[in-house]
Amino acid sequence: MQAIEFKVKWGMLVNLDKCTGCGACTVACRAENNLSPEVEAGNKLRTNDWMNIYELSNGEPFPHHEVAYLPRPCMQCGKPSCSTVCPVVATTKDEEGGIVSQVYPRCIGCRYCMAACPYHARYFNWFDPVWPEGMEKTLTPYVSARPRGVVEKCTFCHHRFMAAKERARMNDEDPTQLAEDAYIPACAEICPTGAITFGDLHNPDHEISKLVASPNAFRLLVKLGTDPQVYYYSEREWVRKLGDNYLKNDKGGENV
Amino acid sequence: MAKSKSCVVLPFLIGLVASIVLGWWGFPKVLYSQKTQPIRFDHIVHVEDQGMECEDCHAFRDDGSFTGLPTNANCVDCHEDVQGDDPDEALFVAEYVEKEREVEWLVYQKQPDNAYFSHIAHKDIECINCHPDVANMSTPPVYFENRLTGYSKDTMKMWQCERCHAQRGTSNACFVCHK
Repeated sequence: MQAIEFKVKWGMLVNLDKCTGCGACTVACRAENNLSPEVEAGNKLRTNDWMNIYELSNGEPFPHHEVAYLPRPCMQCGKPSCSTVCPVVATTKDEEGGIVSQVYPRCIGCRYCMAACPYHARYFNWFDPVWPEGMEKTLTPYVSARPRGVVEKCTFCHHRFMAAKERARMNDEDPTQLAEDAYIPACAEICPTGAITFGDLHNPDHEISKLVASPNAFRLLVKLGTDPQVYYYSEREWVRKLGDNYLKNDKGGENV
Repeated sequence: MAKSKSCVVLPFLIGLVASIVLGWWGFPKVLYSQKTQPIRFDHIVHVEDQGMECEDCHAFRDDGSFTGLPTNANCVDCHEDVQGDDPDEALFVAEYVEKEREVEWLVYQKQPDNAYFSHIAHKDIECINCHPDVANMSTPPVYFENRLTGYSKDTMKMWQCERCHAQRGTSNACFVCHK
């Protein structure tokens, strides 16, 4: 599959040693991106969480037991599985910055992309969104609300990217060379431990471009060849090993 | 023989003319309802007689977003009370300023919720390339509302955006215009 090369590639790195699993990123994401309150949050086959948090365990008994938490946004894959299977071109990776788009009025809800996505980052709207009276005032006007019957996913708060470019244009700066703090998604902004770093992977002035070069940085399921733009970081080997499927006592692999 | 030929041609011509009239004149009449602005806003009075600049009402904010149409807060700088003898001005003061209601202006180019448009990215293009030249009008043009979709007839279509982007070498990626 041919992948487009972008001058700017927005990337995220989550330091799993700093992540406490508090869920602030999920809450900020829901508020920012107009995810309506769940009608029945008990049924996890019907809920929407663009930024979902997984619990990792090293599987050892006490006193060697350890846990880690893994927030999972859309990986904005360099070679997305979702966009190639979409029959109506509702999701593409063609914009400078490398964010995988999702155009809701175009989506027919066939859910091929959900089956294709190895990260379970895509969600189907089983219900029409309902905001309790008064809560509609919390809606973000720059994000469109999704009706029942379409698939949605994390967009790295794409509207903030657009706003950052407008600010840059207003200040006579180059909108294609944004400063590190000019554009940052809601999850990265709110993280109380500063576990999430966001920036341009190709810009040497952005901290993330240095962090991803660390031997402790890894990505999820790299063996599949999806080339994600989301990185994780952990100094614990068992956490890094859980980033992909390895045989027991496997010594090989890119990040192990 | 000649008689039977006219029997075919004449009804055909009548039918053709009727179809054309129905399609070009009748159908748009049925499809679009005509609306007028709640207040007959006179741009010429404001721009030429009062010497106001476009930016006095339609300006960029500090963050680069565009104010679009002004709110009453702009207008009451002058129209706290009735200034002249225009009946629409008196109506504006009585119905909107005194009752503290915003005017529900009809926006000729209003885009759907899923479309994103940045005015500052297009600031080198003349306003009238996309908007009606209201600056030179005493009476705002009639607003045609599509009865089926509820959108203005003048709302820019996707192919128009795409054509201009393609001609200027700008990206036509979905997320450039969609949210």
